[in-house]
Amino acid sequence: MIRKAPALRDGDFCLAESIAILLYLAEKFQTPDFWYPADLQQRARVNKYLSWQHMAIRMHGSKMFWLRLFIPKVLGVEVPQDKLDAALEDLNGSLKLIEEKFLQDRPFIAGDHISLADLVAIVEVMQPVGSGLDVFEGRPKLSAWRDRVQEAIGKELFDDAHRTIMGSQEAVKLMDGSKMQVFKPKILRLFL
Amino acid sequence: MELYLDMHSPPCRLVFLFAKAVGIPFEFKHVELSAGQHYSEEFGKISMIRKVPVMKDGSFILTESIAILKYMVQKYSSSVADHWYPADLQQRARVNEYLSWQHMNIRAHASKVFLLRAVFPVIMGSEVPKEKMDAAVEDLNQSLNLLEEKFLQNKQFIVGDKISLADIVALIEIMQPLGTGLNVFEGRPKLSAWRERVKKEVGEKLFDEAHEVIMKVGSLPEKMQNNSQLEMLKPKFQKIFR
Repeated sequence: MIRKAPALRDGDFCLAESIAILLYLAEKFQTPDFWYPADLQQRARVNKYLSWQHMAIRMHGSKMFWLRLFIPKVLGVEVPQDKLDAALEDLNGSLKLIEEKFLQDRPFIAGDHISLADLVAIVEVMQPVGSGLDVFEGRPKLSAWRDRVQEAIGKELFDDAHRTIMGSQEAVKLMDGSKMQVFKPKILRLFL
Repeated sequence: MELYLDMHSPPCRLVFLFAKAVGIPFEFKHVELSAGQHYSEEFGKISMIRKVPVMKDGSFILTESIAILKYMVQKYSSSVADHWYPADLQQRARVNEYLSWQHMNIRAHASKVFLLRAVFPVIMGSEVPKEKMDAAVEDLNQSLNLLEEKFLQNKQFIVGDKISLADIVALIEIMQPLGTGLNVFEGRPKLSAWRERVKKEVGEKLFDEAHEVIMKVGSLPEKMQNNSQLEMLKPKFQKIFR
């Protein structure tokens, strides 16, 4: 009844919230330890990222996507430059923290191996990329991490998962803005 | 174990409350947010994110209250009762679902209402525009509706018959605007009844002790006004209020 995606239904058990779903899947299918390490401190590092990201990269990356693409191109509302600038500043702040605090000089967020934290991070970082903003430009550390994540997941799977978002700039040209008008007030209130 | 806390902050109250409720020993290290202490060089060495709470266990430093709670549960698993973070797959998922959802909902909205009522006038030098205040309260009400209708339903606690991390995470956030004189429990008997159950499980005296500072928050604006760090703090708050 939260009416958001993703949602999981396993038998008659329904679950919302991607983080909760990831943890459920890791536990139920007893996935390899590195995804959500049993080690106290390593697990804490993953949990720390999973918690921090909600009000940081998730919010800022998502906002860029809305401000650059959906609001102007689909809703037909002009976005003031100062709002765009402020959103970019916030996004840059989050990306900086990912590099300096969460990655530092480690190959992945938790250490030597990929974990849920890297998955959660990469998908949010890719969101503004879908709107045509190359967040990896001028960020060699972030780019190198992205390459490692892609390799660990498998490039084909990675590209497959991002096909929709990377096609956004084209997709919005075909979207019927009139169908979205009912959401307009809420969207504008949230982002503008 | 050291916990760096300012009891005005809901996530700080959360880790304080849980640690005390389950008997985890720690040293309370006070960080005065209204004095900008979190921007000090000393605190920067503890955490570069410059937020509270921070846990220091030996040489291991951990931020993010949700991560700290889970760390405590895991480290002290032999003495922390299962119901706090159930081992059962589906029950644990329900706790995680709430812990995830709350960041951008109850936490964000209750925090915004609190900041608008308690801090806005000091920072911006004027009263909160009615439209802004109304919108913030409306968002909070919608979150509270979802808390009651989706997460609590007709259960005693969020997960079922027993209290879990989800209940304390929820309640300490809802308490935030209370000290500014906004009674969010008014007209919500289901929520009030749940609050009483949670307080009883945690221990009423402990709960009240944790909320002593926030219930006296009326004096916060004056405290901030007289503080030499106010000019430094202003731009940081202005960003939230714009």
